[in-house]
Amino acid sequence: MDNTFITGKLKTRFPEGILSIDEQKDMLTIVVAREFIHEVIHFLKENESLGFTYLTTLCGIHYPDQELQLGVVYHMHRFSDNTRIRIKTFLPLGNPVVPTVTDLFSGANWMERETYDFYGILFEGHPNLKRILNVEYLDYFPMRKEYPLEDPTREDKDNRFFGR
Amino acid sequence: MSDNRYTTLNLGPTHPATHGIFQNVLTLDGERIIDTEQTIGYIHRAFEKIAERRPYYQITTLTDRMNYCSSPINNIGWQMAVEKLLGVRTTKRVDYMRIIVMELARITDHLVCNSVIGVDSGALTGFVYVFQEREKVYEIYELLCGARLTTNVGRIGGFERDFTPEVIKKIYEFLDHLPKVLRQFEKLLLRNRIFMDRTINVGPISAERAVNYGFSGPNLRAAGVDYDVRVTSPYSSYDDFDFTIPVGSQGDTYDRFCVRQEEVWQSLKLIRNALDNLPEGKCFVDVPEFYLPPKEDVYSKMEALIWHFKIVMGEIGAPVGEIYHSVEAGNGELGFYLVSDGGRAPYRLHFRRPCFIYYQALPEMIRGGVLSDAILTMSSMNVIAGELDG
Amino acid sequence: MPNYIKVDPPEGYSSPGLFATTFGKVVGLARKNSIWPLPFATSCCGIEFMATMGAHYDLGRFGAERLSFSPRQADLLMVMGTIAKKMAPVLQQVYIQMAEPRWVIAVGACAASGGIFDTYSVLQGIDRIVPVDVYVPGCPPRPEQIIDGFMKVQELVGKESLRRRYSKEYKDLLESYGIK
Repeated sequence: MDNTFITGKLKTRFPEGILSIDEQKDMLTIVVAREFIHEVIHFLKENESLGFTYLTTLCGIHYPDQELQLGVVYHMHRFSDNTRIRIKTFLPLGNPVVPTVTDLFSGANWMERETYDFYGILFEGHPNLKRILNVEYLDYFPMRKEYPLEDPTREDKDNRFFGR
Repeated sequence: MSDNRYTTLNLGPTHPATHGIFQNVLTLDGERIIDTEQTIGYIHRAFEKIAERRPYYQITTLTDRMNYCSSPINNIGWQMAVEKLLGVRTTKRVDYMRIIVMELARITDHLVCNSVIGVDSGALTGFVYVFQEREKVYEIYELLCGARLTTNVGRIGGFERDFTPEVIKKIYEFLDHLPKVLRQFEKLLLRNRIFMDRTINVGPISAERAVNYGFSGPNLRAAGVDYDVRVTSPYSSYDDFDFTIPVGSQGDTYDRFCVRQEEVWQSLKLIRNALDNLPEGKCFVDVPEFYLPPKEDVYSKMEALIWHFKIVMGEIGAPVGEIYHSVEAGNGELGFYLVSDGGRAPYRLHFRRPCFIYYQALPEMIRGGVLSDAILTMSSMNVIAGELDG
Repeated sequence: MPNYIKVDPPEGYSSPGLFATTFGKVVGLARKNSIWPLPFATSCCGIEFMATMGAHYDLGRFGAERLSFSPRQADLLMVMGTIAKKMAPVLQQVYIQMAEPRWVIAVGACAASGGIFDTYSVLQGIDRIVPVDVYVPGCPPRPEQIIDGFMKVQELVGKESLRRRYSKEYKDLLESYGIK
């Protein structure tokens, strides 16, 4: 099934939700407005002619130079003819709220917790949104670009010798 | 639960039967499991943040340490992801060599998992037999890349050194020797009445729930779905070979054990086919921006010297783009989502780790079972802590 | 090939039916050849430890045949693998539960100093939270290196004075880690 079929169906169903479509990358990449992301993923999963039943991965991304700085990237897959699709949605830094997809894919539970842990993106409707990989008392979101990799409180490793 | 009937048991981070550190707080009614709450992150090493600092060829050492039982698959998967970003196509010889190394790693991973299922059910002998075979694979790795466990094998564009005749001899000896040990191992466990009673119908999951959770690899195939990245989206010339994918029916522990066991036999067949038909040629393709030129050229030719300097001093960036590439690792679909902004390090690198995704299904799989079944289910899912937390 | 290791007797005066030596030497000899390790294996070094316990390298030859996963019964805490900050309190709890005399060996670069993971979430060396006796470098160390580290621990165990654990220096050492 080629990309024009998918993009055609999406554009007819969500005329104002699909913000951009890119077919030049390795897979079809669409950018969706955040209010429509849940319906778009639901449509891609449940519609018989589309049938993307597998959520490959879900992750966050931070572009400090854009107006909508934080983003969530979903990859979905259809086994029958090996079609993959990448869906992105971007959120403002001050209000990083996006609806959850755990009701559609149970596997998104921990993936959304990890994205919250790293970027501070809040998933509305998530059953248990708390930190999963970092310690609970960590008070910042470490994967955002403004934070350093190293522990800010360490005193013993001299930056001169570590190439920083 | 404040109900006094239920006991709370902490299957804590340090426990002999959880292979790796993750915590399960179980709520038990006698011995029946009512619910479980999982805590992970006890070995979170922030791989994705480190990857934003390291040049592309240094990230291979990070990928080693994710699924450390089968590190070559992670390494070669990462190198293929970068090659996809650069648009580099590898020759058949490089592809076949990669297949050989990846299938050897898959064999070691499955052998560890299956023997550890035996250990957790009380059968320690199989473990000792199998680890002796892993030593032989370690010797092969040492000849290829110098290290036993965290191999850092391969380079972007191929391999750093070719297969010497001794490597080929050792691989053939391994291929001739392993079937005898595997048959002994199977005689111990595969049709063993006690083992079968302990593993059949233990920790089942249906195919729909497995796909919904995002399972992949042997756990998904044991549930009945025949999804294997090597077949669905073939990479590295896997489509030149003829191998079968074992698929289970019930998704219980016995199915997972049998699927892994059969995959070891299929891997042996693949390695033998690839080694018999290994084409001639160089062990690498020309990727001058990432593959260090040979030392005799660096000392004699100007261009090679300049490339060497640029690569080592880190002045080369990758093209701008974003890709997603996945390989069939020992545990399932290991994916690399790489966003590059033209610099020497990735802008964003996300590892799609199969263990992390399927481990969240554990509460559903052990609810209603007894405690000893929970231990076996956990070990049959092959949870590797390095991949879980990443 | 004999399947035992010949141990030299300690210095002392021997005659038929009689061997006179200091108490500390005999106790040291007995302790060092029967150490019960607690394998605190977290990551890749744990797999190399499993290879060390296997038949090829066999740590059991040195008396460490019986692994104890309960800290109450263990003598040697072998920390193998990266310790993250989330895991540090757990490690300290395990160390506190061990009975004296106890020794700690840090196997691998991550346990010794944080290894290649100089990040916000990894503890840069377990000697920030527990006192360590032997450090084994390597990433991961070969089984021969782990056995070498174990033999160094055996030397320490054999030579240790019987009064050391009650001495003021030892108590101050534990105080500096916050361990009562």
